[in-house]
Amino acid sequence: MPQLITQHFKTMITKTQTSEEYFIESEPFYQPVADEIEIFQAAWNQNLPVLLKGPTGCGKTRFMEYMAWRLKRPLITVSCHDDLTASDLVGRYLISGGETVWVDGPLARAVRIGAICYLDEIVEARKDTMVVIHPLADNRRVLPIEKRGEQLSASADFCLAVSYNPGYQSVLKDLKQSTRQRFVALEFDYPDAPLEAGIIATETGIDAALAEQLVKFAHMTRNLKGSGLEEGASTRLLVHAARLMHDGIAPISACHSAIAQALTDDHDMLTAIDELSSSLF
Amino acid sequence: MKPRALDEKEISQRLDDYLDVEFSFLKTEHHARTLAGLATAEQAYLLHWVKCIASTNIQLAWQFIEQAVPLLDNMDRRIIEDWALHAMDIYDQSGLHAALAVIRNVHQFIETSHAHRIGASFSDHAGILLHFVHGLSGRKLELKQADECFTDTQTLFLPPLIAQLETPKDNFIFYKSLVVMLWAQVRFSSFPLALKQALEEHPQAERLLTLYQALEHLRLQACIARELPGLYRGMQAIQKQLEDEQGDHRWRELAQQLADKNKCAQDSLQLALDNLDSLPPPPASCFRILLKPEQVYSVMAQRMEKEKTLLRLALAKLENELNQNKSTPDKLEVRYKPASETDKHIPIEIRLDNQPVAPPDEIKALASSVVLDFGEIPDEHLVPAGPGDYDPAMFNEKEKDPDEVWKGTYHEEGASLYNEWDYRRQHYRKNWCAVREKTIEPVYDDFVDLTLKKYSGLIKHLRKTFEAMRDEDRLLKRQSDGDGIDIDALVEALADARDGSELSERLFTRMHRVERNIAVIFMVDMSGSTKGWINDAERESLILLCEALESLGDRYAIYGFSGMARKRCEIYRIKEFSENYNDEIKARISGIEAKDYTRMGFAIRHLTKILNEVDARTRILITLSDGKPDDYDNYRGDYGIEDTRRALIEARREGIHPYCITIDEQARDYLPHMYGPAAFTVIDQVDRLPLKVSDIYRRLTV
Repeated sequence: MPQLITQHFKTMITKTQTSEEYFIESEPFYQPVADEIEIFQAAWNQNLPVLLKGPTGCGKTRFMEYMAWRLKRPLITVSCHDDLTASDLVGRYLISGGETVWVDGPLARAVRIGAICYLDEIVEARKDTMVVIHPLADNRRVLPIEKRGEQLSASADFCLAVSYNPGYQSVLKDLKQSTRQRFVALEFDYPDAPLEAGIIATETGIDAALAEQLVKFAHMTRNLKGSGLEEGASTRLLVHAARLMHDGIAPISACHSAIAQALTDDHDMLTAIDELSSSLF
Repeated sequence: MKPRALDEKEISQRLDDYLDVEFSFLKTEHHARTLAGLATAEQAYLLHWVKCIASTNIQLAWQFIEQAVPLLDNMDRRIIEDWALHAMDIYDQSGLHAALAVIRNVHQFIETSHAHRIGASFSDHAGILLHFVHGLSGRKLELKQADECFTDTQTLFLPPLIAQLETPKDNFIFYKSLVVMLWAQVRFSSFPLALKQALEEHPQAERLLTLYQALEHLRLQACIARELPGLYRGMQAIQKQLEDEQGDHRWRELAQQLADKNKCAQDSLQLALDNLDSLPPPPASCFRILLKPEQVYSVMAQRMEKEKTLLRLALAKLENELNQNKSTPDKLEVRYKPASETDKHIPIEIRLDNQPVAPPDEIKALASSVVLDFGEIPDEHLVPAGPGDYDPAMFNEKEKDPDEVWKGTYHEEGASLYNEWDYRRQHYRKNWCAVREKTIEPVYDDFVDLTLKKYSGLIKHLRKTFEAMRDEDRLLKRQSDGDGIDIDALVEALADARDGSELSERLFTRMHRVERNIAVIFMVDMSGSTKGWINDAERESLILLCEALESLGDRYAIYGFSGMARKRCEIYRIKEFSENYNDEIKARISGIEAKDYTRMGFAIRHLTKILNEVDARTRILITLSDGKPDDYDNYRGDYGIEDTRRALIEARREGIHPYCITIDEQARDYLPHMYGPAAFTVIDQVDRLPLKVSDIYRRLTV
């Protein structure tokens, strides 16, 4: 057997992690906007799966980290992409030393160890993967593993959470009713201006006045959503810009590199966004 | 051999030729003598441009010689060329008289071209500034070029050019500041209803307005200083360059008073009323902008009524949607939320059954706009419209019927304008073709059925071949490379290895993905020359193509083109990308008939634009044609061919693959020049067209 393949298997098998590695040890900074923490807590208590809706970079992933820390459960995050297959989630057979060895995928592992499994941007995944999560997302709470003829039942600690950005107005990128109607939905949006400024100041250490300006700038780009921009600047981008500023970059250049260039490639739009930031700072 | 200077006689001959002296009776002797005295390079240069301009207008060329000769010594050649091209553009737009004025007033042209070089012009910056204004928040304002700078609270009217300052950068900041001052009038509500009343009633209305204008200017500047400090710094720098010292101390005091965050337009008005007779004239300011209350209030009155309706309709729609699955519908509770209560700038709060409802974007935008006009949202706006209250079509702007063009006066209104390449000028004629899209009247006859019957065998065959081209995602096994491991192959290989045989290398699985992502437009010649059997063949080909393409799944659209002269270029929609192939489409294909002339450039440009809006990896534009480009107004011969060629080059630059299928036997003479050597097919027999077209498409896209 070619050397390369054996090597490949070995690393994959040894990579089977213990659940400790998924625990979040220190408290992540998360600023609640409404009653999302209580609702998530209740859903977890009641074994209900959760759907996080909201634009990119508004704090969905951070919220999950925070909740995992708060509930003291391991968090397994899978970023979905259009090559993600069902067996990537569930697991597959590999071969080691002439024997086949079953290796759990992240979802199966989460079910076994009672972790929170967070499927980020679920609509990006291939359609067949949705079917795998269906039996987990209703009262059956089981994960069938066809290849092994096995049926994993989830413990009370297991929780399935998926995220989804309704902003993509594409028919192809929409959640099917049969999927979405299994979840408790939490809507996320960019926080109110003072709150957002507070988050940025705490997260990056820039002073409050600058954070306020930055949020004002973000609102300007959000005004452009639909008239040339697909999305306005997310809280995440603001944090990036603020980090650059904290490191001594002038606000206008920081906004240009961290925000304007990240939002668009269109020359007129870039110039317009730069004009907005130079008017503001 | 170095080219030698031409003598007077030779020059005279050329000028006679270019200027068509035999018919135009222009005198060229004097010009010939002048030109003969010039160096070789200068002679060649001038003669080249005389020839170019003469292709547009002979008078213009004749005048050009007279004006250009003295300029040669001390002027940049590029400016001379710009001047000549500008004169030709003006000729295209406004005729000979205006163009001659440009030629004669060369010095004025030089001045303005200098101003254009250092200045900020509307045409250069409108795109950026529009985004800029939309970003600033508030109502979605529009920008328009005008002689005066003002706003009617819906549109910002801006000057064509700002060139007061010395560098392009400063001029742009100046321009941007004007835009922001206008925006501020809308955003910080410079037009309260009280102003309207005061102006109507006050005996010294004019003086009141002047004073109010100046006071508002101070207030808005303070608002800008607060909201956009970066821009305000730029404005101050410009003011330093353009203005003298601050005026009277009383105005400075007023400025300080109005700088307070809580001051509003009412305060400016009150100050104006109180100090009407006592204040000295306001200090000049380069950013002061006229207020035009009449325009504002007439626009406002219309908008207030319209937005009230739209808001109520939107609320009614929301109510319906929310109540869709309920047995007992609940009423929406809507209330106005003043800005102090919220930071999110959503001035409206909606609840249903005591649960808050997030207002949709449409309602948010309308609500903010209403607040700008009224200062709040009046209660009667917040009641969802009942059934039959309004006809929503009332406020939708009606599209003009393209067939009305020739009856009314709006020859270019509503049409898309496209440039056209003039090879003699080596330059585009700007906005030369007025293009309109029209829909073909469907004709429900037996044409389609007959065609389907006639070619039933062929259609079956085509479907099969096209289906075979269809692709699906599938897992390929036993690959030498891939992202998964083929267990079966591996088990075999291991057994082989124990056995001592050679180990196979093909142990991987790979996902094969559908790569076929094609969008194609068929551009069908509907010129008069296709009348009869060519038209029949075209229609039959389209039917066969549609049948074949339906089984393949490629996205396709079909458009016809024809027209007469540049002001009447017509594109006929036969099937758009978004439409499905159905009876209506079939009837439209059946309804394709021969129309007028074959102007091709505009059609290629227009369809390129449509094709560009489609998200596909491969984009193809296939022309079905029966001959050379040809139109009524000199669009023939080299002119037509060169413009079409240019349009195809533009299309290729956009990543589109053009292809031409023609039945013109002489096409081999000009098609390679237009489409390139491998991008066309000439079909000798018309009746072979239907068979060929699908086949060619298949070969093209495999």
